[in-house]
Amino acid sequence: MRISKAWIVAAKDMRVFLRKKYTIYSLVMFPIIIGIGLPFALHLVITRQGALLHTQHLTDLMSAFAFFFAIGSSLIPTLLASYSLVGEKVEKSLEPLLAAPITDSELLLGKGIGAFIPSIGSLYIGSIVFMVLSDLFTHSTLGYYYFPNWTIGILLLILMPLMSVLSVEWSVIVSARATDPRAAQLQGVLIAIPMFVIYVATEVGAIKLNTGTIWIISGATFIADIILFFLSTKTFQREEILTKWT
Amino acid sequence: MITVENLTKKFGEVTAVEGLTFQVEEGEAFGFLGPNGAGKTTTIRMLCCLISKTSGEAKIGDYQIGKAADSLQIRKMIGLLPDNVGLYNDLSAFENLDFYGKLYETPEGRRRENIERFLKMLGLWERKDARAGSFSKGMQQKLALARALVHEPKILFMDEPTANLDPESAKTVRDFIIEIKKQGRTIFLNTHNLDEAQRVCDRIGIIKTKLLTIGTPEQLRESLSTPKTEIRLAQVTEVLVSALKKLIPNKIEVSGDKLIIDVTDPDKENPTIIAAITSTGGQVREVTQLVPTLEDVYLQIVKETK
Repeated sequence: MRISKAWIVAAKDMRVFLRKKYTIYSLVMFPIIIGIGLPFALHLVITRQGALLHTQHLTDLMSAFAFFFAIGSSLIPTLLASYSLVGEKVEKSLEPLLAAPITDSELLLGKGIGAFIPSIGSLYIGSIVFMVLSDLFTHSTLGYYYFPNWTIGILLLILMPLMSVLSVEWSVIVSARATDPRAAQLQGVLIAIPMFVIYVATEVGAIKLNTGTIWIISGATFIADIILFFLSTKTFQREEILTKWT
Repeated sequence: MITVENLTKKFGEVTAVEGLTFQVEEGEAFGFLGPNGAGKTTTIRMLCCLISKTSGEAKIGDYQIGKAADSLQIRKMIGLLPDNVGLYNDLSAFENLDFYGKLYETPEGRRRENIERFLKMLGLWERKDARAGSFSKGMQQKLALARALVHEPKILFMDEPTANLDPESAKTVRDFIIEIKKQGRTIFLNTHNLDEAQRVCDRIGIIKTKLLTIGTPEQLRESLSTPKTEIRLAQVTEVLVSALKKLIPNKIEVSGDKLIIDVTDPDKENPTIIAAITSTGGQVREVTQLVPTLEDVYLQIVKETK
């Protein structure tokens, strides 16, 4: 497999994403809302509860809010990957692309990288904004800067990339049957359901989001990555794509 | 350059292409003529390694289709203009070509040179930075043609390159194809435009799932159509026609003031026919030897297979 070929496809896809309002909104809106909105929510909690606020409750809330970036990593790449794959189908550009000297795996990898880099980039920028603002608002209450810490480090550097890969692989599978990018995206976001379930579980106190939990979720995501890799490469077959996708 | 032997493709129970055997020489322009659903696109897709063959053999140069190791080599050698242009509408004309040039590993200098050359040849250079999605259908077709050539392929496959184009755009595309043919590139053209096939192709194959016939346009016309002599008279009457039928054995059709007569050897038979007409009182105004068109041949062959 030649990474250079995959990169050509990825660079082209990223260029296309930056020219479509819809994909720009997908990339910008979620990190802005989470990165700025949630620290302000923390600020509101601190202002309202004042001295009554237990610091443990505040740090739990901060960890739970940080998990939104993991949720984002399951949503944004699927929006882009579905757009990219079904977009090729809609624009009927698959035939000349598949006639070029590029293997199925290089093409699939290129599509993956093209969706992965902007998604993870926008989420990282959002997470930096989130950490800085959260620390600014909570420093006076906690007496120290809560972020960065090991939990968010593992979340950002291990779980989020693994989740983004899973999201892209899932998009390949759902895009095979979809004829419209929106339909593919609707099916694609189903991959975020387990992450929402985990978030709700932390909110109701069923699980605690600490370093250990994030490692376990990352491990489970890694196993899911491997399973979906085989399923997605099986779905992404040249002849299938041309005779059934188009 | 292209060797096909007994090539067959089945989609489940449906046979799309059956037992194709033909060769295309280097530098030759070969046309595939056939009605919709005849298997033209399926053949191109098999030869471009886009879909697998069910049976038979095909070689592009020294490489065999269906052999995984050869597929990439074949794809490097060919350029494809599919029936749907499949451009990236959000990218500019230049970016579309540049992307494909990179995929085909054309060195940067050469790539830029080719992009400029082909866009200029097709009258698109001034619009090189405009989005492909803003182009008219004809311009998009020209851009897709430039895309198929940007890496200077040895063989160019084209699937209905002028379908749905206005006459002016179709002419530009056709002239461009003739121009690249002059450069010695091998051309494989799918079309149901008979005039186009006749103008562009050195040889033509007529296909309807099976290859029905193959030859140069002249060979096809000569081998498959009966020559006809058209004689315009001052007046055509039933009496004259029935008298004439008694004198000559040829098949006679009446069309207004004209008689259209089947002949086997015009040079030998025409004087006899004219003498017969004159002897029955007919006044000959004009004699024309009808040359059968490729359309006559095509329609006759396709009709025979129904």
